[in-house]
Amino acid sequence: MSRLSIRKTYKLFIGGAFPRSESGRSYEVLDKEGNFIANPAMASRKDARDAVVAARAAFPGWSGATAFNRSQILYRVAELMESRRDEFIDEVSLCEAIGKGKAGKAVDAAIDRWVWYAGWSDKLGSILGATNPVAGPYYNFSIPEPVGVVALIAPQDSSLLGLIDLLGAALTTGNTVVVLANEMAPLPAITLSEVLATSDVPGGVVNMLTGRTKEVTPWLASHMDVDAINLAGVAAEDVKALAMEATDNLKRVITPKPRNWLKTPTLEAMTSLLEVKTVWHPIGV
Amino acid sequence: MSLFKYSPAPESRAVVNIASSYGLFIDGDFVEGTGTPFKTINPATEEVLSQIAEGSVADVDRAVKAARRAYVKVWSKMPAAERGKYLYRIARIMQERAREFAVLETLNNGKPIRESRDVDVPLAAAHFFYHAGWADKLEHAGVGNSPQPHGVVGQIIPWNFPLLMLSWKVAPALATGNTVVLKPAETTPLTALLFADVCRQAGLPPGVVNIVTGAGATGAALVSHPDINKIAFTGSTKVGKAIAREIAGTDKSVTLELGGKGANIVFDDAPIDETIEGIVNGIFFNQGHVCCAGSRLLVQESVHDEVLERLRKRMAQLRVGDPMDKNTDVGAINSAAQLGRITELAETGDGEGAQRWSAPCDLPAKGFWYPPTIFTGVTQAHRIAREEIFGPVLSVLTFRTPAEAIEKANNTPYGLSAGIWTDKGSRILWAASRLRAGVIWANTFNRFDPTSPFGGYKESGWGREGGRHGLAAYLKQGEQS
Repeated sequence: MSRLSIRKTYKLFIGGAFPRSESGRSYEVLDKEGNFIANPAMASRKDARDAVVAARAAFPGWSGATAFNRSQILYRVAELMESRRDEFIDEVSLCEAIGKGKAGKAVDAAIDRWVWYAGWSDKLGSILGATNPVAGPYYNFSIPEPVGVVALIAPQDSSLLGLIDLLGAALTTGNTVVVLANEMAPLPAITLSEVLATSDVPGGVVNMLTGRTKEVTPWLASHMDVDAINLAGVAAEDVKALAMEATDNLKRVITPKPRNWLKTPTLEAMTSLLEVKTVWHPIGV
Repeated sequence: MSLFKYSPAPESRAVVNIASSYGLFIDGDFVEGTGTPFKTINPATEEVLSQIAEGSVADVDRAVKAARRAYVKVWSKMPAAERGKYLYRIARIMQERAREFAVLETLNNGKPIRESRDVDVPLAAAHFFYHAGWADKLEHAGVGNSPQPHGVVGQIIPWNFPLLMLSWKVAPALATGNTVVLKPAETTPLTALLFADVCRQAGLPPGVVNIVTGAGATGAALVSHPDINKIAFTGSTKVGKAIAREIAGTDKSVTLELGGKGANIVFDDAPIDETIEGIVNGIFFNQGHVCCAGSRLLVQESVHDEVLERLRKRMAQLRVGDPMDKNTDVGAINSAAQLGRITELAETGDGEGAQRWSAPCDLPAKGFWYPPTIFTGVTQAHRIAREEIFGPVLSVLTFRTPAEAIEKANNTPYGLSAGIWTDKGSRILWAASRLRAGVIWANTFNRFDPTSPFGGYKESGWGREGGRHGLAAYLKQGEQS
């Protein structure tokens, strides 16, 4: 007789801990034949707000870490993803209803994408910063800085690679993030949060919510302590209203664009989550 | 202490020739506007200077069409180096006519001639000169190998630095190959209209720059026009949010330079003479009509009394009055409406328990004036510590530890500017890295340069102006395949 497997409880990831939704709700995720896969937590407004609090608390530490340190931590995530590669392939294959071969390509690209972003953190300052030759006796320089707390509505057309493509951009630049995972294919994202929890990524730097995109996104779009929102996973007809919500505190809004996730991102993925700070000081004796 | 007695030293206004009325500058010509004309005045005397056309929705449409034609037929096809040469011409003409611009700016805005002559106009010309050189080097601007212009850009500028804000907007737009419809502020249209004459003298192709005067409704028509590809706005956070809402979910790009409540932090080891000058420059430059003004003074408790005593002494020396006098330090408030806003907000300072002190000065009987004023005993909850006054009013708060200074400095929805005064280099860099603001002035304040990016964090706006970063806002990356 075959052994009955131990199933995993798919929970939220907030402030480095794995709580269920405070609402007590969950929702059913099915495979393409309609078979039961899991009951992930259905995050509420309160969960979203808790996640923002955790992300804000983690911001000084993560943005203040050296770029080299962030780089090593992101590389560490790739290392741990590699060691759980088969698990990710199974989940991507199951959730996206694609073959193992295609899922394997996506998972490999996702791991390599972490490595790509890991290498960016200590290059951005040189690429995007400047010393500005002002017409006067002043030393003047500009440096990129993270925008702050980023809400990331993960894309619906890619459960892992699309998420990592956008999450890596936010993390390597020093932002902290609240992710709302792919609604119908959330398992790879939840497993990713387990990887993040054991990769030296400080608690609260990434917070992972699962649930209904239409329900949770407006709370993140209107939240006054969220500095930027990526609407990648939002339905086209909802983009305008959410972008309008986001103007209450002038969030930086990134609207969805069709993407081939296998393709290397442009620099804009990172610059859209950066501010530029310019510092002046007189020169004299 | 009383002021030294100076004889009046008025700048001559003979250099300017103000027409009795102005139309709209569309497609290379001045045309009649179809809105309701309005008067523009000298805020220092309330003298009517001219009558200005109001751009209607139809006028805005006409201007956008002219800009589109110029973009498609001329400006986007012109070799980049040639485009740059037009900008060099414009820069040179602005230098040649600098005195005319300075006098006209002071007459229409109320700022001291010393500032319009030494700051606004030279910087405006420098912005054109700087961006002229970018025109044929855009592939090095950091937005990929084949950066593209947006197309037609709608630009709305404020009344505090009318010509300078025009140049911050128009110069990068033209250098990158965009064409422009610009709306100057309602109360300060005259230097923009003189700039139209510079375009004529430079031989700039018709429609590349269009200037449509008017108030909020004209600006709204420009923002909502369907054939505008990018909006660039400088003004209040309130209007900036309205623009952001208007363009939400559209393909329009936008940059916003909005309000601020800049913290000017004075540590106990600050060089006192320079600090006092820096505080004065930070809040009384341009009557405090400066979005990046150092309007919150954060003084370390141990030096509070000394700093305040020196500051009051220095403020008593400020010469407030005729903006055309070359000795004047503080000129007129730009409008009756702005004077009303300053007066009302400052009164909440009295009401909420802060202590007011104003520099003793005789204010002219006509025109709009507000004396340089400080409030001490201000707490973070006071409206005068949270809201932008946009006038010569300084709110003074104290702190004990550097960490407290940073926390208080960052405790507003704004994030445009901040100042740091200390003799300790490591403390400057420590504070600069923790202040959530786009421009940090250490042991100086209110410095501007075309090569230096300017713009805010948080609710102070989106994007930068100036430098390579500002240029990039007028370009889009080539399509990603």
